[in-house]
Amino acid sequence: MRIFDPHIHMTSRTTDDYQAMYDAGVRAVVEPSFWLGQPRTSPASFFDYFDSLLGWEPFRAAQYGIAHHCTIALNPKEANDPRCRPVLDALPRYLEKDNVVAVGEIGYDSMTPEEDTALAAQLQLAADHGLPALVHTPHRDKLAGLHRTVHAVHASALAPERVLLDHLNETTVRAAADSGCWLGFSIYPDTKMDEDRMVAILEDHGTERVLVNSAADWGRSDPLKTRKTADAMLAAGFTHDDVDRVLWRNPVAFYGQSGRLRLDVPPPEALHEGNSILRGGE
Amino acid sequence: MATLTREDLDTRLDGAARAWFHEALAEAARAAAHAPRHPAGPRTVPAWETRFASAGRHCGREHADSVRTHLLHEARADAATLTRLYRQGTAAERRAVLLALHHLAPDPADGLPLVEDALRTNDTRLVAAAVGPYAARHLPPHPWRHAVLKCLFTGVPVDAADGIERRAQGDTELARMLTDYAAERTAAGRPVPADLHRVLALTSPTEES
Repeated sequence: MRIFDPHIHMTSRTTDDYQAMYDAGVRAVVEPSFWLGQPRTSPASFFDYFDSLLGWEPFRAAQYGIAHHCTIALNPKEANDPRCRPVLDALPRYLEKDNVVAVGEIGYDSMTPEEDTALAAQLQLAADHGLPALVHTPHRDKLAGLHRTVHAVHASALAPERVLLDHLNETTVRAAADSGCWLGFSIYPDTKMDEDRMVAILEDHGTERVLVNSAADWGRSDPLKTRKTADAMLAAGFTHDDVDRVLWRNPVAFYGQSGRLRLDVPPPEALHEGNSILRGGE
Repeated sequence: MATLTREDLDTRLDGAARAWFHEALAEAARAAAHAPRHPAGPRTVPAWETRFASAGRHCGREHADSVRTHLLHEARADAATLTRLYRQGTAAERRAVLLALHHLAPDPADGLPLVEDALRTNDTRLVAAAVGPYAARHLPPHPWRHAVLKCLFTGVPVDAADGIERRAQGDTELARMLTDYAAERTAAGRPVPADLHRVLALTSPTEES
């Protein structure tokens, strides 16, 4: 089974996770830039983070045979902080980088006017740079947030088929599907979606334009939720082809719109001293 | 990976990539001919620098080092440009800057900080590119010895360290560091990297002829 996790924050995960993901069939990930748990206070902190997503993290992933791409953006939560907003001015040069396959995560957190401005500006940047956009839907007031998000997408220069609406659930899937955007579901241990509810949505909606991700990060989350969802699909009677569509072909099709996906990562090399992340001397 | 000549690239790139490469070279040449050389503001990225960033997806990952290096040459990138492109670059772009240092020959006061930055990383692609001929020529003895040791630690073949035969010759301090490292490995019950013995042999002073 080949798995593409289209949304996972590997910066927060260990090498054990990379190994377990590889063993479970994960061969490609997209790491969206997002909030780090601790608010940042200057654009320079973002630039170091973006550089890590374009340097160290793909190097780490490659040692486990996993292709790593990223999405770059000013996230909605920190778009509210005037100290962070100059990040928007630096995005054009990041959006030209080879490994950037979308603008994201953008969207709404508290649905403020500042978030409206950042979302509109970054949807335009996606259109300008030939990139799709990964749009996070808010945790609080989710359905209203979904409607406001869809309105912003339709008002933008970006076609809906170049937009992935993420963190959907039973209450938002219908309106999201009607919007023409791609549909992302994050499978979590406690919050967001779980495997069985995901299977129920797939039974109702079908597999078209559906992506499943672990959204694993620094919080309680599980980088193997993609595989667990695949197993739950098979147990519920979906075919291996259905699983391959949701967990490989759909994310490839969505992010492939960037023209920048490179999935031919060589298998992990013989590990140096059996310890693949080289610490430069311990 | 050796840098390919322009002629080799013309042979290996397909039609679309070759055309893209030639347009990029022309933009770089225009940038070299016309001031101002540095962007007026954060939203203004010179055309050839955008090409520099996107070379991988247009010419293929296997040719990206070569294409980017030729763009730097054609733009006659000065120390300020090299520093900016390195600092703003992905790991792949930083590699290209490091590989171009030898031919573009910025003052060591400007070029060495980039080499030293790369040598502080644990990214073997950057470490290997940092120990090229520019480092062989300009890196002072102490950081150069640490660069050799870093290659051994991180599994970068020491052949990547340009001029190692010349610089290692008669370097008794390097010999001591290598011997200590071998002893540490042996004490831990771990194998000594085969390259270590090769470098150690190079540290012998030349015999008088």
